[in-house]
Amino acid sequence: MRAAAVSDALLEIENYSGAFRNEDGGLVPVLHQVSYRLKTGKITAVVGETGSGKSLTALSVLGIQPPTFVRSSGRILFRSVDLLTLDARGLRAIRGSEISMVFQDARAALNPVFTVGRQLADVHRLHHGGSQRAAMKRAVEALSRVSIPEPERRARQYPHEYSGGMAQRAMIAMAALICQPSLLILDEPTTGLDVTIQSDIMELIVELTRSRGLTTCLITHDLGVVAETCDEVVVMNAGRVVETGSAEAIFTRPADPYTQRLLSASQMLEAA
Amino acid sequence: MSRLGYMMLRRLLWVLPVAFGVVTLTFFMARVFNGDPTELYAPPEATDALRAQIRARLGLADPLPVQYVHYLGNLVHFDFGVSFNTGQSVAADLSDRLPATLELGFVGLALGIAIGIPAGVLAAVNRERWPDFALRGFTLSGMALPQFWIGLVLIWIFFVSLHWLPGPVGRLPIGVALPPKVTGFLLIDSLLAGRPDLWGLALRQLALPAITLGISTAAPIARVTRAAMVEAMQSDYIRTAVAMGHGPRAIWFRYSLRNALLPVVTLIGGIAGHIFAGAVLLESIFAWPGLGQYALQAIERSDFAALQGFVIYASLLYVLAFLAVDLVYMLVDPRIRA
Repeated sequence: MRAAAVSDALLEIENYSGAFRNEDGGLVPVLHQVSYRLKTGKITAVVGETGSGKSLTALSVLGIQPPTFVRSSGRILFRSVDLLTLDARGLRAIRGSEISMVFQDARAALNPVFTVGRQLADVHRLHHGGSQRAAMKRAVEALSRVSIPEPERRARQYPHEYSGGMAQRAMIAMAALICQPSLLILDEPTTGLDVTIQSDIMELIVELTRSRGLTTCLITHDLGVVAETCDEVVVMNAGRVVETGSAEAIFTRPADPYTQRLLSASQMLEAA
Repeated sequence: MSRLGYMMLRRLLWVLPVAFGVVTLTFFMARVFNGDPTELYAPPEATDALRAQIRARLGLADPLPVQYVHYLGNLVHFDFGVSFNTGQSVAADLSDRLPATLELGFVGLALGIAIGIPAGVLAAVNRERWPDFALRGFTLSGMALPQFWIGLVLIWIFFVSLHWLPGPVGRLPIGVALPPKVTGFLLIDSLLAGRPDLWGLALRQLALPAITLGISTAAPIARVTRAAMVEAMQSDYIRTAVAMGHGPRAIWFRYSLRNALLPVVTLIGGIAGHIFAGAVLLESIFAWPGLGQYALQAIERSDFAALQGFVIYASLLYVLAFLAVDLVYMLVDPRIRA
């Protein structure tokens, strides 16, 4: 809390650069001096096309970037602690309990051989202890809180018995409600879902952020989603941050030519 | 009937066409390649009349198709015929020998699983470090070296050189009587008979062939476990587990291993079918009175009925092994249960 007094940002990424090591040992630079801040209590969207480095940067926050990625410079400050300097134990103390993450394909992101309830209960016990029974009760409550019908029955089901939207709700229940983090990162949480389901999920994300005082980072390529829900926007292109600002500023007065092109392209899509 | 019961029944019914196929194939192949066993039973100075008499007694006088139909007819009554060699009914011979093969197979396979799965997990979590390289060496030699060779080397080391274990003379030392037959498994029957001394003797006889079998089955099991673990650990759901803060032990042993076991179970089923159908060379080296040894003798002596009986048994054991695989699969993978 003291750190928050120094800065209004919960997470600050500073000059984060790095490259992928290819098979012959050569380095292919993919991130160039990426810098952005996630303001406490706000929803920040990181937008950009596939391959712009937005997911890679976010995965680096939790230290779960692909093993072939090699960092060359930068810091990722969470409550003034550089996450990149933490060892495995230090990272584990942050993962889930402080910073939690929701992934794109929720059905693949849940373990296929355990029930959804069991997976939520395992995470609950990991962070809060208690008996298996009590943890399962919390899991059912969390599923109910994200509007999954018949949560007791659903908790006993496996991920393959869930639709994509339901699985994403369960994933959000795990990451936001069971973990109780201060920072929630969502990596393309609605990609691949039906449009109506997409807006339901976005509503849930906004509602949870507001009601639980979360700081939320939404990684997406869908500008339509961003305009309605986000406070701050970071635009990335080809491994660089090209523009940052409030959602209103970005949508009404885009300064960077790439942002302008991105906006006009999405407006054309909507008009069509 | 429950889904499970229906599935098991369907699997078991598969025995019929499989057995019919192998019986037909072995019936004709044995006769084409092995020719006439009369020579083995007739003395060299036998007259043609005597030879014809022997042929008639062995049931070889009729034309092949007639012999075949006759044979199939008997099979329907579970009559496998009489072994030329032992003079006993083949069915009795086989059920005498089956426990020896099963006992060796179970212990050997259990050793292979107990070594193979942990070794594969160890290599996968230490990928590209020394435990992984060590395992690669072990699996390569375990799979490249023939089983009989491993067996001979072990005999040389532990019997010939060190005298730690008894020589390859079968299930019990020569001159020691079997305990009364209950299950046919000596490790069980000796205890039922209240003879722990016999249990010890049987275990010492079993040690070398079982270790041989364990080494040669651990190698492929470890290799497949490693590959499946590596794949599971790169999956989305493991990334989720890491992101949620789970520690390495939960990641490896709870979340990855359970998924990685699926291909391993399939492999073990295949190996089990192979083993329980008689590890022919292994049983010969250790003078193990099991199905494999029986089959080898049947081939050597053109003992048609014995050979065919063995083939039917083997195919039945194969189908049972795969049925067991299906059941374990359903325990491990909820997607199949649905």
